[in-house]
Amino acid sequence: MSNYTYILVMFLVTIAIRVVPLTLIRFEIKNSFLQSFLYYVPYVTLSVMTFPAIIDATNEPIAGAIAFAAGIIVARIGANLFKTAAVCCFVVLIVELILS
Amino acid sequence: MNSENKKAFIEGFHNGIPIGLGYLAVAFSLGIMARSVNVSPLQSMIASWLCMASAGEFAGFTLIGAQATLWEVAIATFIINLRYLLMSTALSQKLASNTPILQRILIGYGVTDEIFGISIAQKGTLNPYFSYGAMLFAVPMWTIGTGIGCFAGNIMSARLVSALSVALFGMFIAIVIPPTKGNKIMSCIVAISFASSFAMATIPLTAEISEGTRILILTVIISAIAAFAFPINKENQQ
Repeated sequence: MSNYTYILVMFLVTIAIRVVPLTLIRFEIKNSFLQSFLYYVPYVTLSVMTFPAIIDATNEPIAGAIAFAAGIIVARIGANLFKTAAVCCFVVLIVELILS
Repeated sequence: MNSENKKAFIEGFHNGIPIGLGYLAVAFSLGIMARSVNVSPLQSMIASWLCMASAGEFAGFTLIGAQATLWEVAIATFIINLRYLLMSTALSQKLASNTPILQRILIGYGVTDEIFGISIAQKGTLNPYFSYGAMLFAVPMWTIGTGIGCFAGNIMSARLVSALSVALFGMFIAIVIPPTKGNKIMSCIVAISFASSFAMATIPLTAEISEGTRILILTVIISAIAAFAFPINKENQQ
């Protein structure tokens, strides 16, 4: 089978999952449980995706762990998205330089 | 584009820069993987441009390598990307109800973990142009990164790839941490999310479940418990 056929199927399934809720749910959800559930979803899902994946992403797990801690600290102080991301990258670069 | 849309577009573009840089690194490794299953650089770029999904594409390429059936590809893609269904639903509540269907489709196309993250963190309703601004840099980076990885293999230094790969996570942290300040409930929810994700990735039985599915399971369970125990009302949400 052609790779393009596979890619077409991947595309159709992926786009459907993303577009269907956005196009069909055109009203405000009033149910208090659902409202609360959807409010918590982004924070939970982003937290779950970050840890421990950040440790596996770097060559040295300890570099990822320190970047994780550093990110939490600077984000608490008030660093924005870009600054927090930059601090994390920089920490990994430095820690891996020291370790090598 | 009126001035308000323009402002949202520029802000989105700005927020999309760290995302795009992170994508470049991740897409690069995805491209190397695509090459190993005989997907051409052009094909890998088309797949990345159309799908914009790391884990989903990875699974897709793996199945192409195995010459699986189209049904298997469809089902695997569906399960791995199921979290986007939740994200899109959450995002549907951030849009003005009169947002045209074409704009909704475009926003939907751009619902990646990261673009969703910065979009949901916007105050009030989401201006679609914010998402477009973010996509303008992030989508080409993802597409080009995959193509370069597939074409050239290992040209970027491993050290640089390693450092860039945490850019995405740094952004996630910057989104989830601010609401925890002075809020015990949010602090608890975020801490429990980190801890249970770590537990599931470590315990042998649950570690075998794919990462995408683990994320989905934990998201549903933790958010449902939190919603049940600590319902929020619209007024105190911001």
